[in-house]
This record gives sequence, structure tokens and C-alpha cells, in this order.
Amino acid sequence: MKILVCVTSVPDTTTKITFTDNNTKFNKAGVQFITGPYDDYALARAVELKEKLGGTVTVLNVGEADTEPVIRKCLAIGADDAIRVNADPTDAFFVAEQIAAIAKENKYDLILMGRESIDYNGGQVHGIVGELLGMPSISPVMQLDIDGDTARIVREIEGGKESLEAKLPLVLGCQEPIAEWKIPNMRGIMTARTKPLKVVEPTSKDTLTNVSGYELPAPRGNVKMIPADQVETLIQLLRTEAKVI
Amino acid sequence: MSVLIFAELDEGKLRKSSQEAIFYGAKVAEQLGTSATAIVIGQADESELATAGRFGATNVLHASDAKLNEPNGMAYATVVAAAAQQEGTKVIVLAKSSLADAMAARLVGKLRAGLAANVVELPDLSNGFRVKRSIYTGKAFAFTDLTADVKILAIKKNTITVEESDATASVDTFSPALNDSDFGIAVKSTDKATGDVLLPEADFVVSAGRGLKGPENWGIVEGLAKALHAATACSKPVSDLDWRPHSEHVGQTGLKISPNLYIACGISGAIQHLAGVNSSKVIVVINKDPEAPFFKSADYGIVGDVFDVLPRLTKAVQAL
Ligand SMILES: Cc1cc2nc3c(=O)[nH]c(=O)nc-3n(C[C@H](O)[C@H](O)[C@H](O)COP(=O)(O)OP(=O)(O)OC[C@H]3O[C@@H](n4cnc5c(N)ncnc54)[C@H](O)[C@@H]3O)c2cc1C
Ligand SMILES: Nc1ncnc2c1ncn2[C@@H]1O[C@H](COP(=O)(O)O)[C@@H](O)[C@H]1O
Repeated sequence: MKILVCVTSVPDTTTKITFTDNNTKFNKAGVQFITGPYDDYALARAVELKEKLGGTVTVLNVGEADTEPVIRKCLAIGADDAIRVNADPTDAFFVAEQIAAIAKENKYDLILMGRESIDYNGGQVHGIVGELLGMPSISPVMQLDIDGDTARIVREIEGGKESLEAKLPLVLGCQEPIAEWKIPNMRGIMTARTKPLKVVEPTSKDTLTNVSGYELPAPRGNVKMIPADQVETLIQLLRTEAKVI
Repeated sequence: MSVLIFAELDEGKLRKSSQEAIFYGAKVAEQLGTSATAIVIGQADESELATAGRFGATNVLHASDAKLNEPNGMAYATVVAAAAQQEGTKVIVLAKSSLADAMAARLVGKLRAGLAANVVELPDLSNGFRVKRSIYTGKAFAFTDLTADVKILAIKKNTITVEESDATASVDTFSPALNDSDFGIAVKSTDKATGDVLLPEADFVVSAGRGLKGPENWGIVEGLAKALHAATACSKPVSDLDWRPHSEHVGQTGLKISPNLYIACGISGAIQHLAGVNSSKVIVVINKDPEAPFFKSADYGIVGDVFDVLPRLTKAVQAL
């Protein structure tokens, strides 16, 4: 089983987002970067599958050199080797083309991604990669088991879930509870230092979208507190003041 | 040249989110000086499809091949791509959903179309094609220029206020060639709540957290939800503990919702929870701890015990 896991390096979920240069640049000052939480689920399941079925797990990131701590952490969690495509991941199509180029060269049985990145929340890279490779793509995957060349999958749908079966190779966007997040142990951290991390240059430069600036949401007004002995007035206020019911 | 809207069916009816997408698409068509066509895939009565006209579509293309009865992102992308080609479409609009998201990503690959997800306003056409979309899980917005020839806009719920007219749309059968390779995924079973208000589409949501103490206490949450015709939601620990199904979990790693009214009961208001709900129009927080961080992000707050407050609110709603 040859598995590719695509990971993002994103601001920690507790980060307060701000911008600089007249709202044209994300302010990285003081921001802690982590593996995308959904990518972490994908990686955890990939490592479990490798332990069960044998094979290799390769981690791939499209990003500049500052994403390497996140890549090393993925190696510490149990990936065997890593590839970094040295480029600013400006656009989902651009990222998908890099991933597809590497997948064409290396022929993976499974390409696991997160359901969505938590910076741009596009949820599109897996589908684009699937289309570029002519492979089925499925997202969001909550359960994944492999039986020979068949994948048994549970996918979330509105208000419930669906059980699916498909033949490998596949591209999957993952989410909980596919596996528990893994924390690297000391031995993992030591061996990660010597695992191969290959840096390659992008093979194409096409983008289809371009961000021109950012804005922060307007703050909510002050909260109106309703005394606990008059909770019924809330319903009146929702009707007459907020006008939502 | 028309603007093409991918309108989704739920048990033979146009989804509420699709009505919003049609209305939005018709407004974009107005901006571009063209008309709006909806593409609908699956089984539905012609009279139901004609109601797309109420939201601004002049025409509906209906693909009803029995092979398309199961929702299938890949096959649907093939159909929508064929419709876009037939119509000479440059702009495709859809409402985010698990099916529409899967379909849209495949379309990007097929048409080399630029896709903007989580769009929250009508596009600005004064200088190219610029959209405002929500990023960082609702913590910021990005202004994005769509530079490709074909553009796809995936809109968030409550992006535009829908107005209805009494127009009807003409309905044409659409039967493009299908690819066998799109049918490689076999659906073995589906387990879906029926009859309830779907959480991503709901105007009102009653949500509860660990403050409810256990799954046996959800009756008071469901009681208020029922009175309001609201959907129910929960925090991540609640679904992790299996008190509630995963599909109800909202937040950073769950659903992102933007209802008109979000009522949070016994939820502390961690930043990862807020990420999924902070674009709700009005937020009500009920928590026994006056220091709960959620109060800082609320419009209305009640410091009180959910076991006392929820039944009283339910009675007050029933009395309306
Ligand atoms: C990477 C990451 C992603 C995450 N993603 C999500 C996510 O998507 N969604 C999410 O929800 N969380 C998420 N979390 C977890 C989040 O940080 C919080 O732990 C979680 O939201 C807390 O859930 P809670 O408010 O239900 O429970 P608690 O924090 O335990 O809060 C319970 C609240 O109930 C109140 N309470 C207790 N009893 C009563 C009573 N009788 N009446 C009224 N109030 C009462 C308490 O005062 C307290 O404020 C994530 C965390 C991480 C690290
Ligand atoms: N720059 C990147 N490098 C590697 N993988 C990525 C990158 N961006 C996105 N992905 C993968 O694609 C998934 C979906 O991302 P998105 O379409 O941006 O929401 C992520 O969870 C990752 O697994």
C-alpha cells in the first residue's frame, strides 16, 4: 500500500487573524503554525493503515521553506518520507496541479487529504486532483477500511451518512472520526530528523484566482443580558427588536 | 451566455439553499445583461421545476436519466459541464453542500474554471470579476479576482435575501452523454434523518454543549427546536462522546453554519466552536457561568441553568 498524504501548514485554531500592508498581507507575527486539523486526521489514518497492511506513507506539502516544521512533525508521527513543492500555494488549482504531477510520477494507491484547509476552506483540492488524475474522489470521509483493492468508506452527507465501496486508487478528503489525532513520541521526533525530505520546484504556474485584499468582520454589538427571572422577554425581543422569528 | 445555476433536489423538491442560489444567479445574470438557467439533476415533477421561475430562472434544464438518481458528484459534474458548454456559460452558481462541493471541484478540473467558495455578496464587476468570500473559518474575508474564462461561485447560506415573484420557468429535458468512469463508487447504504429540518439549511438552530450533562437530557433542546421549527446542533465534545450524531457537530472541525438565529445552550464558546457559528445573524447564549467566553460574541445572553431556562423559553414560543 503506497499512500500519499497532502498536508497544509495553517495558523493554530486559536489564532486571532490580522492583516498588514493596508489589508493585503496576512500578519504572521506571533502566529503558531500547525498541521491542518483535517490533514492530521488523514495522516493518522494513513499511519494506522500502514501499520496494519504494510507499505509507505509519503507526506506532501506545497509551500515555502517555513512549512518544514509541520512536515517534520508529520514524519515524527509516522510518515516515511516527505516532498515539499517549493512555492507559495496561491490558488487551489495551482496546488492541485503540483499534487497531480507528483502523483503521476509515483503511482499511489491512496491519496489522502483533509476535507478542507482551515485557511481558505475551499474543500476543492481533492476533487480537482481526482479530476486531473481521472480518479474517483470522495469527501468528507469519516471511516476508511481497505480490503484488497477495495476501499470501504463512510461519508458524511446532510443529516446523516452513506456507506460506499470503490476500487483503488482513490483521492479522499478526510475528517473525524476516521482516526484519533496522533501526538509524536520522543523516538518519532528523533528519527524524523533523518527521514528524507525532498524539495522540488513547481511544474506549472497556472492560477485561476487571485486574492487582492482582506477584510475583518465587523464586531458584534454589545450583548444584551436578560435577567434569569424574565427569560420569556427574550422571545419578544427576538420578534420585535431582532426581527428574526 | 446565460448564468447557469446548479439547483439541488431533496426528495423531488428544490432545496431551500438552491432557491437562494437561483435568486443570486439571476441577480448576477442581471448584472451581466443575460438570463439565468437552472440545471436540475434527478427525478422531479415539471410543475416543481417550473417554480425555479419564482426565484428568477427563465429556463430549467432537467437531466433525469435513472443512472443519476443517486447523488454522484462526478457524474453530476459531467452533466453540468455539458450544460455549461451548450449554454456558452461563463458563470456557474451553486449553494454549498456535500454534493455541490464535490461536483464543483470536479468542474474546476474539467473546465479549468476559477472557483470561489463561501461567497458572501454579489460580485463586483466594476474592474474584472471580484468576489468577497469568507476565509479562516469565518474569521476574515478575502476579495478574490476570478481570472479564468469560466467562473464558479459557491455561495454561503444567507448571502442574499430571496424575493419571490409569480413567474414560472420553462423546462427542457437535458440528456447529455454520461461517462461510465463516473460510476465507479457504489453506494451500499444511506442512513439519513428524515422529516427533521436539515441543519445546513435551517433558519433557526438550537445547539447544546457539555452543559447538558448527558444525552438523556436532549429532550429540552429538541423541545425548543420543535417549537421554533429549528434544527438541532452540538459542540464537538458532545459528538465525540456520542451523545449526538457527528452530522450535528458545528465549529472549526464540524459544519459551518449561518442561520438567522443560533441559540447556544451550555456551550462555553471556545474559539473553535465560534468559528463555525459566528456568521449567524443573531446569537443567543444561555450559560450558568456569567464569565463564559461565549457572552462576548452574543447578541442576547441569559445567565441561568439550561434545565430551568429551556422549558420556559419553549412555553413562551408555544404561546406566540
Ligand atoms: C483543533 C481543534 C478543533 C476543534 N473544533 C471544534 C469544533 O469544531 N466545534 C466545537 O464545538 N469545539 C471544537 N473544539 C473544542 C473546543 O476547544 C472546546 O473544547 C469545545 O467547544 C467545548 O465544548 P462545550 O462548550 O460543549 O463544553 P465545555 O467547554 O465543557 O463547556 C460547557 C459549558 O456549559 C456550561 N454549563 C454547565 N452546566 C450548565 C447548566 N446546567 N446550565 C447552563 N450552562 C451550563 C458551563 O458553564 C460551560 O461554559 C476544537 C478544539 C481543537 C483543539
Ligand atoms: N498547499 C498545500 N499543500 C499540500 N496539500 C494541500 C495544500 N492545500 C490544500 N491541500 C490539501 O487539500 C485539502 C483541501 O484543501 P482546500 O481545497 O484548500 O480546502 C487540504 O486539507 C490538504 O489535504
